[in-house]
Amino acid sequence: MARAVTTQHKVVVTAAAWAVALIIFFPILYTIITSFKSEQEAIQGFDLIPSFTFESYADVQSQYNYFKPFMNSVIISVGSTILALLIAVPAAWSMAFSPTRRTKDILMWMLSTKMMPAVAVLMPIYLLFRDFGLLDSRIGLTVMLMLINLPIVVWMLYTYFREIPGEILEAARMDGASLWNEIVYVLTPMAIPGIASTMLLNIILAWNEAFWTIRLTTTEAAPLTAFITSFSSPQGLFWAKLSAASTLAIAPILVMGWFSQKQLVRGLTFGAVK
Amino acid sequence: MGNIVLRSVNKSFGATTIIPNIDLDIADGEFVVFVGPSGCGKSTLLRLIAGLEDTTRGTISIDGRDVTGEAPAKRKLAMVFQSYALYPHMTVAKNIAFPLKMAGESPEVIDRKVKDAARVLNLTNYLERRPGQLSGGQRQRVAIGRAIVRQPSAFLFDEPLSNLDAALRGTMRLEISELHNQLKTTMIYVTHDQVEAMTMADKIVVLNAGNIEQVGSPMELYNKPRNLFVAGFIGSPKMNLIEGAPAATHGAKTIGIRPEHLKVSTSDGAWKATVSVAEHLGSDTFLHVSADGVGPLTVRADGGIAVQHGSTVYLTPDTTRIHRFGSDGKAL
Repeated sequence: MARAVTTQHKVVVTAAAWAVALIIFFPILYTIITSFKSEQEAIQGFDLIPSFTFESYADVQSQYNYFKPFMNSVIISVGSTILALLIAVPAAWSMAFSPTRRTKDILMWMLSTKMMPAVAVLMPIYLLFRDFGLLDSRIGLTVMLMLINLPIVVWMLYTYFREIPGEILEAARMDGASLWNEIVYVLTPMAIPGIASTMLLNIILAWNEAFWTIRLTTTEAAPLTAFITSFSSPQGLFWAKLSAASTLAIAPILVMGWFSQKQLVRGLTFGAVK
Repeated sequence: MGNIVLRSVNKSFGATTIIPNIDLDIADGEFVVFVGPSGCGKSTLLRLIAGLEDTTRGTISIDGRDVTGEAPAKRKLAMVFQSYALYPHMTVAKNIAFPLKMAGESPEVIDRKVKDAARVLNLTNYLERRPGQLSGGQRQRVAIGRAIVRQPSAFLFDEPLSNLDAALRGTMRLEISELHNQLKTTMIYVTHDQVEAMTMADKIVVLNAGNIEQVGSPMELYNKPRNLFVAGFIGSPKMNLIEGAPAATHGAKTIGIRPEHLKVSTSDGAWKATVSVAEHLGSDTFLHVSADGVGPLTVRADGGIAVQHGSTVYLTPDTTRIHRFGSDGKAL
């Protein structure tokens, strides 16, 4: 017998869930509110009702070039994601479908690199970038972000691939499919939800990455993260402009996340194997 | 044609030997069933024939051609998996068409063959559905459809019915037998269910720990089991195996008597027994009894027999149907 759920119980749980969601979302909400205030309002203290001025947006747009860092963000995050997938799909495929005794160790080792504090390798990486002329270059940053996120991409793809039943691939082999056909007609279509959600997550991670993007760029390759920091200028903090810049920086990723919610949920494999 | 010959086939995974050494001949058009308990190596043997596993030693030939080192696709065999292994992102029509597409058939040929297969398997109305929208039996039929369109030299079935419920299993068993009568193609069928083996096979291969215990027709195995393992495995309910004094009177270490070869009487007989459980099935009654000086026995009695827990019955074995086994477990 199913547990009886009273209306009262439902209301309480729903209210609690909304409260938690609001607490998590509040900093972003307050940033958006502040971006619609004038600089004077912004420094006056806590206030949830702005005067709805677009002053800060106009300032950000006219005094600073938003479009350039935006394009840098797009190029770096999408570029690093495509690069990571090109390397990670074959890697995860081989680990999932022809594992060796060392596969688990390799996966753990890859993940362990994520446990290292980034600042520990800041110096050698900075020097390498300097010597290879990669400082403030989009190529350098793309490669850097690809390397940082590669372990996560491999891990995610590996778990998705592992869920594809080996028998289906064997059936394809029995049906006369070559390795290439097996990958094109069977594996990839079945893995698309997994690959898509890995791709989305990686774009988000790369878009939000702030440690390396700020330290390895100055002007040319600076993405939106560097754009935001440029508002904490020596002349003082401009809260409203900073908020407007932040809102502009997070808006694209929020919109993308909103529209791709469904892609992030998988379930295509259901029904093939009992 | 679908003539399959295995010679000295051995399969080991590292230090673990799954199949020590097997020789087997399968004639064209035969329905062969590999049967045995879990872990006896029957699925591995099938996968070796399919080419999904490599043999460690020995050769496999199909129609006189050595295929030991060949890829599965080159062996012209079709396989139906226990989990159906349908492609979830393709419609039924595309699933059935897949092997034809891989073989490079023209769209017209593919279309015609898919429709033919769908008609034979009653799937015509489901061609545009996806596997997820089908019932278990329908999915199984799609898997069979995918196998038959290629007109393979042999079909391999790996426990294809074990995911279905009992009623559907019976129907599908019949359908596969009918399919075999229609196509007359070699079929190798793996199961742990000896009822499936008995009802479908032309030839049964009983496997135990990677070794062939006996090969023969269902009735040969039933009437003349070569050893204790086959005697105990084939037949339902199981053969009664009796040791000690009753066996010694027949000059054997162990004697076997099938439940249906014990005559039951309420008045007199060779062994006196007390009924512990009586299972009334309508057509038959299975009695689980404890016989004095013999031990626990299973008896298949007439459906109308009026006995219950605690009743006393008398049993007389049919002496012409007693199986005798020596101390090495082999039939005498």
